[in-house]
Amino acid sequence: MKKNKTTKRILLYIALIIGALVSLFPFYWAAIGATNTSGSMFSQPPTLLPGSMLMENIRNLNESIGIGRVMFNSLFIAVTYTVLALFICTMAAYAFAKFNFKGRNVIFTIFLLSMMVPYHATIIPLFKMMAALNWLNTYQAVILPNLAYPFAIFLMRQNLLAFPTSLIEAARIDGAGEWKIFFRIVLPSMKPALAATAIFLFLYQWNSFLWPLIALSTTDMYTFPVALSTLFGLSRIDYGQVMAGVTIATIPIIIFFLLLQRQFISGMLGSAVK
Amino acid sequence: MKQKTLVPYMFVGPAVILFSIFMAYPIIYSLILSFQSGQGSNLEFTGFDNFQRLLSDDIFITALKNTFILLIVQVPIMIFLALIIANLLNSALLKFKGVFRVSFFLPAVTSLVAYSIIFSIMLMNDGVVNQVIAAIGLDRIPWLSDPFWAKASLVIAMTWRWVGYNMVIFLAGLQNIPEELYEAASMDGASKIRQFFSITIPNLKPVILFTTILSTIGTLQLFDEPFVLTNGGPSDATLTIGMYLYQTGFRFFDFGYASTIAYVIVILIAVMTFIQFKVTGDQE
Repeated sequence: MKKNKTTKRILLYIALIIGALVSLFPFYWAAIGATNTSGSMFSQPPTLLPGSMLMENIRNLNESIGIGRVMFNSLFIAVTYTVLALFICTMAAYAFAKFNFKGRNVIFTIFLLSMMVPYHATIIPLFKMMAALNWLNTYQAVILPNLAYPFAIFLMRQNLLAFPTSLIEAARIDGAGEWKIFFRIVLPSMKPALAATAIFLFLYQWNSFLWPLIALSTTDMYTFPVALSTLFGLSRIDYGQVMAGVTIATIPIIIFFLLLQRQFISGMLGSAVK
Repeated sequence: MKQKTLVPYMFVGPAVILFSIFMAYPIIYSLILSFQSGQGSNLEFTGFDNFQRLLSDDIFITALKNTFILLIVQVPIMIFLALIIANLLNSALLKFKGVFRVSFFLPAVTSLVAYSIIFSIMLMNDGVVNQVIAAIGLDRIPWLSDPFWAKASLVIAMTWRWVGYNMVIFLAGLQNIPEELYEAASMDGASKIRQFFSITIPNLKPVILFTTILSTIGTLQLFDEPFVLTNGGPSDATLTIGMYLYQTGFRFFDFGYASTIAYVIVILIAVMTFIQFKVTGDQE
């Protein structure tokens, strides 16, 4: 009986270790690729150790896409979007969770229903709108469209429902203004939910591809996903360069994830899971 | 008192205004566009012509077929794998659960474009995957250049990216299944595999439904992966509806027809979600 349990345990570990290696290998491969020549990714036997080409690959990548600029675009768009969207969505969620007003249920239902409509149904009118406003190839063209993100509103509302209404009422009796109540009393106790929603919004924007691909048209405005995909679409691809780009775009997210695992996972799953 | 009634509108106002301009208006406008046709901004109403055109459009039919093949093959494989891994990770025999969980979840953090590029390079004819296959003494697989294998490549890549994500959802669901159920089953002599099928799966049904719907919606809109990994090729074998929409709208600037395709995706998502609710039925 005991022996049976030991074999089971060993089999379990073997299965999971193989699975974990499959899961992690592509990351390792990309990092190795970033330090080697373009050809080494196709050599026989495969190159599995770091090479000395990292600096050269980064230099070439910088020449083709301008790493600093792309990093700035990606960060600027994602951070601005996250801050604004978090603010706008939380405010709306607060109204839905803690106020009774005319039209509340209708508006909330429309928000919920819109989550069923795929993004694709909006991109053509959005494109025409941005063209008419002369906003194509600008930051606001990428940032504005999803600021009122229904899912983020829904998430924050669920969390705000649990906030004791009596505290809000007590503050009102004490004469606190509505904004003061929102910022000083409600928001401070919502930190975990705000963090999860912020991560959700940030990742959504950082990884977003189709809309930025359509809205942005010059290299100096590209975000990482768009820059990488154009680099990868060239007729002569320098794979070392591409892998350096992929690695640079991925590392910040991985570090961020390892630091904030718990909030990160609940943010990515939309706090469906705690 | 009057001022007080304005307060909620102040809070909800910015979201409603932004939503109306950038979501509601485009959704309605593209519905109108789907009944128009023409190039660029020279559009005129043509009734149901676009919808009729869809039916005789071979490329659209191919894209529809491809999307459904990917859906039918990839989603069940991924959900099943995620269930198994979640179950293994939940085992009492296991230490270092955190390390394994992070390893499996990490792919879900990467951008769709980044991972598609990595897979594309790994799966090239003389890429690392084929090197390993050749080293074992098997024939190289034409991953990206053969219609069948190109679809398989997409399935593999998408499964790699999403298994961990679904696994974490299942892991949370597993915590809610009472331990006694398993104890009772063990006493009755039910094997682990039997317990998996007759306790775990039925108890996780709502969670499985949730993940299946999410994955179905995601696959029906699939764009990033085929765009980067195979660019729809070879000979349209991995062209998805999402990619065809992009090509029609932004390569041929046929906005009317592209909007019709967008609404096909809307309808498909509504129908598929409805069917999945019906099939799994009984709970609300």
